[in-house]
Amino acid sequence: MSKEKNTNTDLIEKEYTTLNLGPTHPATHGIFQNVLKMDGEIIMDSESTIGYIHRAFEKLAERRPYYQITPITDRLNYCSSPINNMGWHMTVEKLLGIEIPKRVQYLRIIIMELSRIADHVICNSVIGVDTGAMTGFLYIFQMRERIYDIFEEVCGARLTTNIGRIGGMERDFSPKAWDLLDKFLIDFPPALKEFENLLMRNRIFMDRTIKCGPISAERALNYSFSGPNLRAAGVDYDVRVMNPYCSYEEFDFIIPVGTNGDTYDRFMVREGEMWESVKIIHQAIAKVKKEPEGVFHADVPEFFLPPKEEVYNNMEALIYHFKIVMGETEIPKGEVYHAVEGGNGELGFYLISDGGRTPYRLHMRRPCFIYYQAYAEMIRGGMLSDAILTMSSMNVIAGELDA
Amino acid sequence: MDKETLLTSVADKLKTEFGGGFISSEMVADYPVFTLNRDIICDVMRFLYNDEELAFQYLTTACAIHYPDNHGKELAMMYQLHNLPKNLRIRIKMFFPINDPHVPTITPVFSAANWMEREAFDFYGVVFSGHPNLKRILNMEDMTYHPLRKEYPLEDGTREDKDNSMFGR
Repeated sequence: MSKEKNTNTDLIEKEYTTLNLGPTHPATHGIFQNVLKMDGEIIMDSESTIGYIHRAFEKLAERRPYYQITPITDRLNYCSSPINNMGWHMTVEKLLGIEIPKRVQYLRIIIMELSRIADHVICNSVIGVDTGAMTGFLYIFQMRERIYDIFEEVCGARLTTNIGRIGGMERDFSPKAWDLLDKFLIDFPPALKEFENLLMRNRIFMDRTIKCGPISAERALNYSFSGPNLRAAGVDYDVRVMNPYCSYEEFDFIIPVGTNGDTYDRFMVREGEMWESVKIIHQAIAKVKKEPEGVFHADVPEFFLPPKEEVYNNMEALIYHFKIVMGETEIPKGEVYHAVEGGNGELGFYLISDGGRTPYRLHMRRPCFIYYQAYAEMIRGGMLSDAILTMSSMNVIAGELDA
Repeated sequence: MDKETLLTSVADKLKTEFGGGFISSEMVADYPVFTLNRDIICDVMRFLYNDEELAFQYLTTACAIHYPDNHGKELAMMYQLHNLPKNLRIRIKMFFPINDPHVPTITPVFSAANWMEREAFDFYGVVFSGHPNLKRILNMEDMTYHPLRKEYPLEDGTREDKDNSMFGR
């Protein structure tokens, strides 16, 4: 009697539970709200609400001179601020038609690859934390501190760096910065290896992450994924290789790709990229040594602030200083798009200038904002705990998501 | 394929396929830019997606722009497409009046356009007909205006706590 009842599924009334995941849930690493429709432990559907830390960057940018927009870009993906800063500088340089000396480009590459390592270190160690492995996170985080020490030595700030200037770097690397960089390059590979030993072939970690939150290459492309998340699905699209900027075409590195687009593949792609970044930094240091010493900016006095001593003693420098600070420089009319490979993918700046002191329109292509919309599709049919892991492995950063 | 040939080949294909819907094409900096009539945008996207030679199957980004002095064509939508295997990039633009900001959605072709279009609706009030879930995305839902339009200054002009005399100005 009871057997019959159970097989006839039409008669069983199902009731779904609505579960609010976030906005301030500790497991979501930021302010993300997802309203989940749950069937027991299984996610049937979800809806994301975003915008909790929206700061109107695109509107703010319409009122700020070009050099004052750099600190805004810091606050996009704040795990790798220097890449955002450099992306913005390069966009403006493209508009102004400034040619950057090779040595400066290599210095920038060192900074960008360091921040890529810092970004991926956070993401991967947090995947470890979300699977219950706190140890790796504590081990590897020391290395991120070392990267921030280098940033501090170069620009004075650690997290929101405002590093570099339009036309170059704000100052040359000090001997101490080179020293810190050399020591980091000696200590980082063994630390990363130790971290990998803890997780990469760990049976528990693999069982937990393989086939968790997968996306096919086709869906990922339709959702305009970019960066490690797209490469984990098996598409070898990397802006550094496809549209090289900053002389990336001179460097020898490979693009790690995955196959399934699941959490484990995203983890592995980021691991591979960190090794490639170390390789790139070594090459960049060798290239810097071959260039004339002391060059850290292009010769563009109209856009690059003169040294302070000259401002006080030299009429011309004083005039340029005044014009730059007051935003009275001649900006050509134009419309440019420039993209860099950020920590999360293609970070693009679409800039329209009408010749005024501020941009007429600045649109930022924020990779997080674009790929986070696939989250609902990726977690559907999975367990709640997989949803947490999927989010942390996608490296969704609230600052970049909400602009 | 270099950028000039890309410009002419896409322009020729769009002209033969859509005739009057195609308005103009030009090179802007390093991008081929095509201006179209807004009614055909979804068909154009589908055509470029399925065309064997061009195959623009990756939507890089989309955004709206406001030109208040451009009478009758105050609002613009910009889409950037990318052909990943051949590394070709193009930009598509269309202009339309602010009093009638209706544009067909391109979500049937690109899932990624969903939130991009919601963002354009939120900040510029562009209404995408056929969009599956057109509501505000970054701003709160009871907001009554579209803040990135040029008529809204950055600071609230009615605020009294920012009186110049208080700051010795």
